[in-house]
Amino acid sequence: MSTFNIWKPQETAWCPGCGDFGILNAVKKALEALGKAPEEVLMAAGIGQAAKLPQYIAANGLCGLHGRALPSATGAKLANTALTVLVNSGDGDCFGEGGNHFIHAVRRNVDMTLMVHNNQIYGLTKGQGSPTSDPGLVTVTQPRGVVSRSIKGPALALTLGCGFVARGFSGDVAGLAEIIQAGVTHKGFSFIEIIQPCISMNKVNTFMWYKERFKDIKEIDPGYDPADRRAAMVQAETWGDVIPGGILYQNPEGPPLEETIPTLAKGPLVKQPPRTDENLEALFETFM
Amino acid sequence: MTELNIKLGGFAGQGLQRAGHILSQALVRSGYHVFAIQDAMSRIRGGHNFYQLRVRSEPVAAMTNQVDLLIALDAESVSLHRHELVEGGLVIVDGDTVDLEIDDKHIVDLPMKKLAVETGGKPLFSNTVALGFIAGLLELGLDPLNALFKESFKKGDLAEKNAKAAAAGYELAAAEKGRFKKSLPPKDGPRRMFLNGNEAAALGAIAADCRFMSAYPMSPSTGIITYLAKTEDHTGLVTEQAEDEIAAVNMAFGAAMAGVRSMTATSGGGMALMSEAISLIGNAEVPVVIVDCQRPGPATGLPTRTDQSDLQFAVFTGHGEFTRAVLAPGNAEQAFYDTVKAFNLAEKYQIPVIVLSDQYLADSYYTVDPFDLSRVTRETSLLTDEEAAKLTAYKRYQFTEDGVSPRLYPGQTKHLVLTDSHSHDETGHISEDGVNHEQMVDKRLRRREAVIDEFEGPERFGNRDAGVMILGWGTNRESLIEAVEALIEDGNDVGLLYFHEMWPFPKAKVKKAIAHAPRLISVEGNATAQFTQLFTQYTGRSDIEKLLRYDGRPFLSEELTDDLKDMVTK
Repeated sequence: MSTFNIWKPQETAWCPGCGDFGILNAVKKALEALGKAPEEVLMAAGIGQAAKLPQYIAANGLCGLHGRALPSATGAKLANTALTVLVNSGDGDCFGEGGNHFIHAVRRNVDMTLMVHNNQIYGLTKGQGSPTSDPGLVTVTQPRGVVSRSIKGPALALTLGCGFVARGFSGDVAGLAEIIQAGVTHKGFSFIEIIQPCISMNKVNTFMWYKERFKDIKEIDPGYDPADRRAAMVQAETWGDVIPGGILYQNPEGPPLEETIPTLAKGPLVKQPPRTDENLEALFETFM
Repeated sequence: MTELNIKLGGFAGQGLQRAGHILSQALVRSGYHVFAIQDAMSRIRGGHNFYQLRVRSEPVAAMTNQVDLLIALDAESVSLHRHELVEGGLVIVDGDTVDLEIDDKHIVDLPMKKLAVETGGKPLFSNTVALGFIAGLLELGLDPLNALFKESFKKGDLAEKNAKAAAAGYELAAAEKGRFKKSLPPKDGPRRMFLNGNEAAALGAIAADCRFMSAYPMSPSTGIITYLAKTEDHTGLVTEQAEDEIAAVNMAFGAAMAGVRSMTATSGGGMALMSEAISLIGNAEVPVVIVDCQRPGPATGLPTRTDQSDLQFAVFTGHGEFTRAVLAPGNAEQAFYDTVKAFNLAEKYQIPVIVLSDQYLADSYYTVDPFDLSRVTRETSLLTDEEAAKLTAYKRYQFTEDGVSPRLYPGQTKHLVLTDSHSHDETGHISEDGVNHEQMVDKRLRRREAVIDEFEGPERFGNRDAGVMILGWGTNRESLIEAVEALIEDGNDVGLLYFHEMWPFPKAKVKKAIAHAPRLISVEGNATAQFTQLFTQYTGRSDIEKLLRYDGRPFLSEELTDDLKDMVTK
């Protein structure tokens, strides 16, 4: 039995057969394989069905606002660098409401792992187009079909200088667990797009649709070098009959933000001793 | 009591701010109290700017519209401010750069540009020539200026050039001494701090042991993050410039949830973006301090001016119902101690606390005694490691009598911490149970009374049982105190009930204070009398006369005295 099994029996709010179950299992597997204890882990999330994942796992949880998981996770990590921080977000949460935060979280390069559950549709609000919907998809709010171009998360992350970019599939729990494990181990910001069906709201991009297309990069190209940024960009933009999966890019892109802050070299902020009167008095002196 | 008012006027880019600041510091170090305001247009170069110092031998923190010395670096400064000159005052201008009215006996023609180029090599040293001239005229001596040049200008021979420019101005002062009667010779006294409201609030945060601050730059609040960033390696406080105000407040929320004291700072527009997270902070019961430096709205409004029109916004912003506190400090001292208090209230009651400052407080410079650290306490509801180790089970939102649940941070013990923005049960898990929801709403609102108990209640000045009680709040404090003193001296029966603890409204304490006041006059820097509305709602007194100003400028003490006198004697 997993040490990360839910600590309070609770019915999930996910539809039976939802891809989120596979992702939850993969997260647990990865954390167990890494030998993490539940109290060392902080699962952060915004709002949406993906963002409910921290509710169903035995770990610390920071469930904030729609789109705002990354800034709150950033604050938490800077406050306590001893925490292993993972963020679960959906395509609407991360690229719609939270698009600006995504851009800057990647730039900031704080050591955390972002998983974006991408089902190309808004599930919880019942079937509106998402920033990753394929153009042409007919939805309740796009009755003539989606016109806006879809965001390719991995490609966007690469242009922003992300040091770890991967794509997993909720239907491949073992493979996804390996990717998450590598993401958590990677020092810096790790981005994992996880394609998953929304069995209730997206009748086009179904489980079979993804399963037929999702192909591990090592199968596509046995000689693939994940340190090659240009090659990674080609794979990150590929979305059609084949959707390349696995670790598309991994290369440290400079130190994580927290390693550049001298104060944090003394240990986690939350563990540091209280500030002294002498420290204050020295500042007062500068105003005299 | 000695009092002297100096105004430096010019366009942005002439180094007015630095010159005014150096002169102020020189006077504070020479034993005087200085209150200084800056008036700038929202641009980096050009536009009319001024820096005004009010110098007294006694404490001072309000501004006057009278000027003894006007240093005009451009013609506009003369036309705009000549009328403020008192009898016996002087206007110092450079006849080489400004056309002079020949028949104005108050004008001193000081060849600032010529001397600046001769000594410093650049016209930019003109204001330093003026500083030297003032130091001579006031019998202050050159030593305090020269010491400050050395501290302020570390690059190359800048300090030396400034000293030479000042000496050139100083020499010319002797000839004009007969035209100016006042002087400010150096005197002994305790060492005092000279700082602005943003710096005082930042120091308050440091004293409160704030460890994390994130913000998005927005005038007039930016000085808080810049000061905290500048001192980061000394204080061990971590700052992060966020991509927007939404991220700024959510970062502070995350850091606070993870166990460190956290804050953000912004102005009205940014505060609007933070509204959603303030509601989150209320629901998630996480302590965060938010500083709102008000400027006139709506929308972009007047970015470099002052206003008191965010009061009801601060009190009501955020959807849903939860407890919050709002403090509105009246001067630099209160900015320091109220910020400390904001952290204590936030930590103890796990609520958002808003410190409502404004441009006038943020940018004005005050002379204060060094803050008293024995008055600084650090109160919290966070369990110590020892207390935490004794817990056999843990529920983040455990129901308690006072509504405050024991707080742990993630990783502190083996107990897991789940913080949630949904309606949640005691463990933090999502709950759609109606009874639980009501209990949670009640739990969060229950803290309101305890927060009020932490308030000292409104401050009282003037006559206690006055026939006319004046109501004021926030940064009008000092002008109001001066006005009430002047009115009493003039034989009027007035008192002042001053508020800086704004919310929750301390109803019982206020009702007692106004029980015997037949007339109430409320003074506010907004158009709709926002505080008066709250006051009426909680006290039942609707017969309140109002004095409102919302032109983006602060109340000056004489203007306020005159306006109040008209109302009081009516």
